[in-house]
Amino acid sequence: MAERELKKRQAPPRETTTEVEEAPAASERGEKLKAEIDDILDEIDEVLEDNAEEFVRNYVQKGGQ
Amino acid sequence: MAIPKVCGIETEYGIQVLGSADANPTSAASLLINAYVADVATRVGWDFEDESPGRDARGFAREGSMPPEVETHLVNTVLTNGARYYVDHAHPEYSTPECASPQSLVLHDRAGEVVLLHSLEAARRLLPPGEEIVVYKNNSDGKGNSYGCHENYLVDRSVPFARIAHQLSSHLVTRQVYTGAGKVGRETPGSSSHQVCFQISQRADFFEEVVGLETTLKRPIVNTRDEPHADPQRYRRLHVILGDANLSEVATLLKVGVTSIMLLLVEDDAFGERDLALANPVQAIHEVSLDPTLRQLVELANGEKMTALELQWELFDLARKHAEDRGLAEVGPEGSGEEVLGRWEQTLAALEHDPASLRHQLDWVAKRELIDAYCARHGCGLDDHRIAALDLQYHDLRPSRSLFRRLEMERLVDEADVEAATRNPPRETRAYFRGECLKRYPQAIVAANWDSIVFDLGEDPLRRVPMMEPLRGSAAHVDTLFDGCGSPAELLRRLGA
Repeated sequence: MAERELKKRQAPPRETTTEVEEAPAASERGEKLKAEIDDILDEIDEVLEDNAEEFVRNYVQKGGQ
Repeated sequence: MAIPKVCGIETEYGIQVLGSADANPTSAASLLINAYVADVATRVGWDFEDESPGRDARGFAREGSMPPEVETHLVNTVLTNGARYYVDHAHPEYSTPECASPQSLVLHDRAGEVVLLHSLEAARRLLPPGEEIVVYKNNSDGKGNSYGCHENYLVDRSVPFARIAHQLSSHLVTRQVYTGAGKVGRETPGSSSHQVCFQISQRADFFEEVVGLETTLKRPIVNTRDEPHADPQRYRRLHVILGDANLSEVATLLKVGVTSIMLLLVEDDAFGERDLALANPVQAIHEVSLDPTLRQLVELANGEKMTALELQWELFDLARKHAEDRGLAEVGPEGSGEEVLGRWEQTLAALEHDPASLRHQLDWVAKRELIDAYCARHGCGLDDHRIAALDLQYHDLRPSRSLFRRLEMERLVDEADVEAATRNPPRETRAYFRGECLKRYPQAIVAANWDSIVFDLGEDPLRRVPMMEPLRGSAAHVDTLFDGCGSPAELLRRLGA
């Protein structure tokens, strides 16, 4: 375990860079993310198969490896 | 000693006919493939001469085992890109051509999806109004039935199979933290339908043994099928049957790339004194899948306990050391292995720091985020029918319905290259020779399989060209042979066949 934590401290430079960039913009990113997922959910409401229950019930796959 | 990791993926797609109450999936799969072949491809049958799926890597053959295709005479064809496209039981199945790197395999796995999409379009023109065939790139119907996505890797025959099984199983059990495609519900025999939870892997529920030959029941973590489709004195084809089918290109790259690296370590016996074997691999694969928080501990045979992620870090450290000592050239040309190693490290770090940050990279994370957001918006639980529909529809290949396509996942390959890969074989393996022969002399080829092509030059007997070396028959080997070669007879003369 101690060894693992040491490794985390030696984490790749890439991770460190990301963290530095993320910190001040975190709330802004959160907002953007929420807007992004809201758009996707709107779209999904439109494309999700009608009558989900029947759609799922009818999906039966026999004979697979 | 490590040898080049020629690799391929076989995907069984889920299939459903909408608008028809009594559709037969085998007929639908046949119609799909025939429609594609009639539309775009040249029809050449598969040659079963050298098939022996009942041969066991532990050194025995199961009596009476036959390739199921021989028994049922289902549709079976070879495409100009070197792939095999066929009906396996009740599923359409696409086997990519042999690829010389994980990056090339990502492209050809995607090309398989596009072949299926073209097939759907071609089939639509043949079906009565109101009927539509739909295919899903997933591994479970949510009712206890599973279908596979199998990987194949070329391995040095001189490496004892027992060592492969012993050293690889920890990786196969824990790699699901990045290869999982996510699933709602449990399907282990005896599990209650009330236990509705989100799990990382589609396939984990269906594994009951550590090592074995089966693929349809009592599935083993390490499969022992010994059918190299290559020189059996030199090669083994490791058949990995526990993976999830991935839509995410990053997940496919990691699935194939990291497993290739692990096989290099096994072949070079690079684990040293470190034995990471699990105490109970079957229990561990289920437990890891059931904990998307990634905190579940697994127990090693030596009594140590660690998370799947910590075990993956240990494997990563061994791999990095191996890369520094001996390089990763066998994974693929042009820094292919180093790219995988870098991706692997980033992914493990991100999973440790914040798994949700991989929502544009990994299937299970993307699906989980989507389901959580959907539940929050609609105030529903995981047992809602709409969640089951969403879980299934994530894998729907149709652009109009695919939920995966709406998530802006990171892309690794260019769409035009994918389209081209539905027609053109990879240039680095024998698939090139197979595909180019099919393009150039379709009328002269009566059958083909992984390790041979059979020509009919209009005179008896048929001429079989063996291809027992997976890396021979590449563009570098045979382009000059094809140059100015007017007929298949001349090609065979030049080959000295």
